[in-house]
Order: sequence, then C-alpha cells, then structure tokens
Amino acid sequence: MEKRVVFRSAWLPYALVAPQIAITLVFFFWPAVQAVWYSFQLQDAFGLKTQFVGLLNFAHLFRDGNYLASFKTTAVFSVAVAGAGISISLLLATMADRVLRGAMAYKTLLIWPYAVAPAIAGVLWAFLFAPSIGIVTYVLKGWGVDWNWILKGDQAMLLVVIASVWKEISYNFLFFLAGLQSIPKPLIEAAAIDGAGPARRFWTIVFPLLSPTTFFLLVVNIVYAFFDTFGVIDATTQGGPGQATNILVYKVYHDGIKAADFGGSSAQSVILMFIVIALTVVQFRYIEKKVEY
Amino acid sequence: MVENRPWLTFFSHAVLILGVIAVAFPLYVTFVASTLTLEQIMQVPMQLTPGDQLVENYSQVLSGGSTKGSKAAVSQMLFNSLVMALVIPLGKMAISVISAFAIVYFRFPLRMFFFWMIFVTLMLPVEVRILPTYKVIADLGMLNTYAGLTVPLIASATATFLFRQFFMTIPDELAEAARVDGASPMRFFWDVVLPLSKTIMAALFVIQFIYGWNQYLWPLLITTDESMYTTVIGIKRMIVGSDSANEWNLIMATAILAMLPPALVVMLMQKWFVKGLVETEK
Repeated sequence: MEKRVVFRSAWLPYALVAPQIAITLVFFFWPAVQAVWYSFQLQDAFGLKTQFVGLLNFAHLFRDGNYLASFKTTAVFSVAVAGAGISISLLLATMADRVLRGAMAYKTLLIWPYAVAPAIAGVLWAFLFAPSIGIVTYVLKGWGVDWNWILKGDQAMLLVVIASVWKEISYNFLFFLAGLQSIPKPLIEAAAIDGAGPARRFWTIVFPLLSPTTFFLLVVNIVYAFFDTFGVIDATTQGGPGQATNILVYKVYHDGIKAADFGGSSAQSVILMFIVIALTVVQFRYIEKKVEY
Repeated sequence: MVENRPWLTFFSHAVLILGVIAVAFPLYVTFVASTLTLEQIMQVPMQLTPGDQLVENYSQVLSGGSTKGSKAAVSQMLFNSLVMALVIPLGKMAISVISAFAIVYFRFPLRMFFFWMIFVTLMLPVEVRILPTYKVIADLGMLNTYAGLTVPLIASATATFLFRQFFMTIPDELAEAARVDGASPMRFFWDVVLPLSKTIMAALFVIQFIYGWNQYLWPLLITTDESMYTTVIGIKRMIVGSDSANEWNLIMATAILAMLPPALVVMLMQKWFVKGLVETEK
C-alpha cells in the first residue's frame, strides 16, 4: 500500500521520524544489543571482572534444572490461563449475544476488570484466598479443603491462574462478542429452519466461524500469560513457594535484579526475545491470512 | 433471536448473572475491607457488610500511607500515576502521528528502514530486556524522575501502525487539493490530517491511559524514592509480610483508589474503549 500523492522535502520527513527513532534507539535497540552482549559474558562474584565466554551462559541454562522447570511452569501456567480465559469468555459472550434484555448492562459489568492492573488483581485474589483470614479460605476450610497457597505449590499456581484469568476475561469477552455479532444471521436462521438445535448450531456454524477470533485470542492470551502477568506473580507468590510459580519473565527479573547474575539473566532475556519474535510472527501470519479473505 | 426458547433464555441470564457476580465479588470484598477496622478484618470470617471506617481509612492512606509498609502519602502516588497515565498517551500519540505522517506522505531514502525499525520494537517488550534497560536509565541519571518513568514507554509500534493504517484511508484527492492550493506539508498535516484523526486519537487515548496508569514492572525498576511511587507500586510496598502482618484495611482502600480512575474511564468512555481495543489489535 503506497500513497499516489506525496509531498517533497529534503529534511522534513527525517525531522518527523526523529523523535520516535531516537527513543527507539536509546531505549529499545541499545538495551537489546547489550542484552545479547552480556549474555556472552561472565562476571565474577564482585562484579569487577567480566570475561567473554561465548555460549557458556546458554549451556549453563539448559543444564540448570531450575530453568527447565521454569519452562515447564510457564507452559502449564499459560495453557491454563489461555484455556480457562478463552472458554469462560466464550461462554459469557455466547450468552450475552443471545439475550435481548440487559445486554448493555451485562457488557458494562463484565468489561471493567480490564482497567485493573495485574498486580492489583493479584492482591485482591490473594486477600480472598489468604491462608488465615481469607473469606474464600474460610469457605474452603468448611468443605474440608486444607488451603494454604503460601506453602503449597499447586495451590499457589491455582491462585495466580485465577487472578490472571479474572483480569483477562473482559478482553476476550469483547472480542468474542464482536465476532459473534458479525456472524450473518441468515446462516443461523437457515440452520434453525432445518431443525438444528442451539447446541448443534453453535458447534457446526458459530464456533467454526469464530475460529479466527479464537486463534487470535489464543496468541494474545499466551503473550499475556508470558509477560503481562509479571505483576500478578510479583504481588502474590513471587515465584514461590519453591519454584512453583516462577515463570520465565519472573525468573529473568529475579536472577538479574535480585540475584545480580548479569550473564545468566541476559541469556534468559535473549531466549525470551526469540519466543516473542516467534509469537509475533505467528500473529502476523494470521493477520495476513485474514486480509486475504 | 432465531426462536423462542424461554428455558434457554433463562439459562443465559443465569450464566451471565453468575459471571457478573464472579467478576464483581473481589471488588465488593475489597470495598468492604476498606471500610472496616483491621481488627474487624482479622475476625474470621470477615463481615460482608460495609463498616463505618470509610472516612478514617481513606483519609489515612491519602495523607500518610500505611504505618507498617510504605509511609508515602497515596495522594502523591495518585499524582504520579496520573502523570504516567497522561504523559504516556499524549507523548505516544505525538511522536507516532508525526512519524506515521512522514512514512505515509513522503518518499525518502531509508523510509522502509525506519518503518522496520519501529516495527521491530513490537518484539522487544520491557520484560525481555529488564536489566540492560535499567542500566541505560541509570547511566542517563533518569532513576526516580518523571522523565525516566514516561519517556522510555512512549515509543510504540502499535500507535504508529494505527495512524499509518488510518492515513492510508484518507482520500488522495485531499492531499492533491492541498498541493494544488500551495499548502505546505505541515499545513496539510494541521488542517486536514489531524482533524480527521480525532476519533482514532480518542480511542487510542483511552487504551493508553489505562496502559500508563497500570504500569508495574517499569516503575518497580526505576523508582526507589517513596515520593516517586505510583499507586500500584505503593500497594505492593504496603504488603510487608504474610496475612496477618498487613494493614489490609489500608491496602484495600489504596487498591480501590488505584482501580477507580481507569475503571471509570473504561465504563464512561466505553464506546472509545471498545473501538480503541479492537482497532489497535488489528
């Protein structure tokens, strides 16, 4: 896509892109280059000497049980967040698309969690599930569940998944609702006349037509679970107990800032960069496909 | 609706109401906790009707923060959050709209190179370059400053793309007419392009306001001075230990204050919000 009519100036276009390019260079490219550079270096315990070690940091990482465990934790976490987030929002959006009365009110009441910062979502749920004073904990105890996410890894995971999903439902809901509303009504009506019930219509017509939206949301939700949930984790479990909720992004932060392991943390950053690049490519491939329709 | 199935309609409403309750429940408990005394919260189970400490709790956090954790006044934090929530969207729009204008309306050497440079930033979120970015900010002496909090977050590929896409839909006749009339490029920009972009700017502003207000990792890294904390960071700093060690009534009051502005923006500017969300992700 190119414009037919353009203006001419020897300097103006450069002046116009300059601010953005300057910020991009200083705060994006320079740090990214440094991350790659650090990832090939090893620093001694006092931070006095650095030494070029090639791929040693990466080799260390892939032999480090904690790092591999963090990969697994991230996989479990993102599949749980994306899976639960997408199915719950799809259910709610399908219902909201059906009802005539109060549709606007439901929408308004379901979208506001988008405005809540991930860290606050974490704090809210951590309070509800607090081992000694939480109100949900109290109910769970009544049912005989021994709830203490501060000590139990799987419960800590459940907590951060719930908080993350709660925050992301509104986003998915809006996209599903928009997708549902763009499905041509005659298709549904024709199926109804042919005698297909609501469930049948949903699975054979609506769901396949929604698949582009679902796929898009799957990518977005995985990106969200990988990166934006940092706040949820930091405000609640901080990766613990043990390594139970130590997702990759949190580990980069923890190893780099808290444990001051420059080389190791930078090598992890570089690996994360590759993951982001892969996810972005997948996302744009899909968008190109959509344009072809 | 295709057919009348009263039971299914009833079921739909039931699911939606359950959904609304599940979504609202944490907020309600938070609000109730922010109106109780700490002793009342510690009584298990906590009461689920609002208490009478609303004024005390909120005025305590606004003027003096918590007593065990961060002692910075939340009013200052709200101000810091507001600075982020306003400067980031405005700065982002300013630099994105002019760079998109240059890329769409000019032909110049390195044009595509600049375009790709901006594009690649999509793949470099703060989260993946935590340590080096922190070092850059420290070297530039931007720790604990408003410039440090906002400027690095201003560059954005999505905003530039959004404007570029929108400019491509502006009829060429407008630019042609402007050129025939002898208008300079910047005159065309001010008098034609900017007025046409108002809608898209409003939508972008709503999304970026929330983005700026809710920043977490970035202020966490570069603010060590209590007076530079944003509200979200303040809440985190008030949590000092496990369960019973925290002043939950004050934390919850701060949480309500932190959620209120962006939630109001989403609910009151819903039309722009939905537009912004759907457009920026295209």
